[in-house]
Amino acid sequence: MTVPIHLRHDETFVLNLGPQHPATHGVLRVKLTMDGEYVVKAEPVLGYVHRMHEKMAEDGTFIQFMPNTARMDYLHALAFNHGYALVVERAAGIEVPERAEYIRVITVELNRIASHLLWWAAFLLDLGGFTPLLYAFDDREKIIDLLERVTGSRLTYSYMRFGGVCNDIDDEFITGTRDFIKRLRSRLPRFYHDLVTHNIILIKRIKDIGLITKEQCRRYGATGPVVRGSGISYDIRKNEPYSVYPEFDFDIPVFDECDSMARYMVRMHEIEQSLRIVEQALDKLPDGPVMGKVPKMLKPEAGDFYAAVETARGSLGHRLVCDGGKNPYRLKLRSPTFSNLSLFGEVAEGMLLADALAFMGSLDLVIPEIDR
Amino acid sequence: MERQEQTRRALLALFPEVITTVIPIEAVSAEQSEVAPREPGVIVTDFARTGSSLDVLCRPDQVVAVARTMDAEGFFLEAISGVDWIERQQLEVLYDYNRLDGQQCRVLVRTLVSRTAPVIPSITRVFSAADWHERETFDFYGVHFQDHPNLIRILLPEDADFHPLLKDFMP
Repeated sequence: MTVPIHLRHDETFVLNLGPQHPATHGVLRVKLTMDGEYVVKAEPVLGYVHRMHEKMAEDGTFIQFMPNTARMDYLHALAFNHGYALVVERAAGIEVPERAEYIRVITVELNRIASHLLWWAAFLLDLGGFTPLLYAFDDREKIIDLLERVTGSRLTYSYMRFGGVCNDIDDEFITGTRDFIKRLRSRLPRFYHDLVTHNIILIKRIKDIGLITKEQCRRYGATGPVVRGSGISYDIRKNEPYSVYPEFDFDIPVFDECDSMARYMVRMHEIEQSLRIVEQALDKLPDGPVMGKVPKMLKPEAGDFYAAVETARGSLGHRLVCDGGKNPYRLKLRSPTFSNLSLFGEVAEGMLLADALAFMGSLDLVIPEIDR
Repeated sequence: MERQEQTRRALLALFPEVITTVIPIEAVSAEQSEVAPREPGVIVTDFARTGSSLDVLCRPDQVVAVARTMDAEGFFLEAISGVDWIERQQLEVLYDYNRLDGQQCRVLVRTLVSRTAPVIPSITRVFSAADWHERETFDFYGVHFQDHPNLIRILLPEDADFHPLLKDFMP
C-alpha cells in the first residue's frame, strides 16, 4: 500500500460508487472523496434493500419467520436457518435428534463451500479474471443440485425446523455428496490453486493490500475470515461449540498477514476443512428420526436468549426476547458483514481506488444481510 | 469461568451501592432476572440456558463507564439493540459484548430509558463498532445517543419520520 505524501483535502472531488455498481455485488453505495486516484474518505451508504425483517419476526409466529432467514444471506442461507432454529430451541428447551444435527452440519457445510466458491468467482471477476467464474459455478452447481434434492429449493432454503429438519437425506444424496467431495478435491489444486492462487497477477493485486490490524478487528467487532486473516483464531464452531461440531476433527485456518491475500487463503483453506467435516459426518451418520417432539404452538417462557453460529462471513447472532407469547417479542439479528463493512471507511483511507475495490471484494459482502 | 469471575469483579466496581452477594448459577434463570424489577448490578447467568455468561443492568449514565471497563478487559462490541416495553413505558437498550480470544464469556449489558424522551450517552469514543449500531437503534427506536458524531438514519430512507420497531408504529 503506497500512501501519497500528503492528501490535499482542498482539491478533492466526490465519486459515487453504486448503488448499482457491478463491483459491489448488490445495492451498496459508497460515497468516496477522492484526491486524484487516492481515496481520502470512504463512507458506505446502506439501506437500499432494507426490508425490516426484524419487524416481520414480531408480527408472525416463531416458525413463520423461518423462510425470512434464508432471504438475508442468500449465499449461506442454511447457516441463517440453523442460527434461528438454535435460538428458538434454546428458548423453548427443544431437544434435537442426533441424526438431524448431523444432517444440519452436512448441509450447512456444503452450503458454506458453495458460498466460498461464489465469493471466489465474484472476487476474481472484480479483479478482471472471467474464467475462474466458470470453474467455480461448475462445482457450485453440483452442490446446489444436491441441496435441492433434500431441501426442495436451490438458494433460499427453509429446510430446518425447530427440533430437526423437514426431510431426511437418502442414499442418492450420500453417494452424490461423496462423489462431489472426490471431484472438488481433485479439481482444487489444478483449477483453483495453479490457475489462480499462484498467479502473479492476483498476488500483485491483493498482497499487502487492505491491512486490517488485530486492534481494528476488535474495535469494529469484525468476525469470520476477516479476523482469521488477521491472525486471530476465532471461529464459533470451535470457541463456542454448538450442534455436533465437537465430534469432528477439523482445523481453523488462520493467516497472520492481515492483507486481502490472507483473507483469500483463509477461505480457500476453509473449503478443504468443510469437505473434511462433511466426509466425517457422512461416515458417522447415525440412524434415527430427523424430527424431535415439538408442540404444535410454541410458547417459550419469558426471557432473553442468545445463540451464535459461524456463517461463511462470520459470527451470526440472534438475540431473542420472549414475553411468553406465541410471537417473538423482539428478534435482533447481529449479521456479520454489518460489522465487517463498518471498518471499510477507516482501512480504505489513502488507498488507490482500484485497491479499495479489491479490498472491498476481500470482505465478502452480502448486501441483503447487511441491510436486513 | 475464570474470565467470567474476573469480568464480574471488574464490573462490580461500577456498582458500589450494590451488596455483592454471590448468586449460584443454578439459582438464576433467565425469566427470574427478567420479570422482577431489578436493581442495577451484575447477575451470573447460565450460558447453556441463556447464551450469556453475565447479565448487567446499569443506569443510562453508566453505559460509557461500563464500555470502558469492557474495553479494558479486552471485550469487543457485538451488537446494540433495543426492546420496546410499551406497557411499562420504557425502552430497553441492550449491548452484547464478546471476546475474540476464545475465552467463552458473553456479557449482556442492559439499561432502561423513558419511552417519551429516550436519551443515552454514546459509546462511539470507546468502540468504533458502536457508530453504526447506535445509528441503527436510533433508526428503529428513536433513541437519541448523545455525542454521537453522525447520528443519522442508516437503514431507513433519510427522510423517514417514523421508528418502525416501536410497538405502536402502524405502517
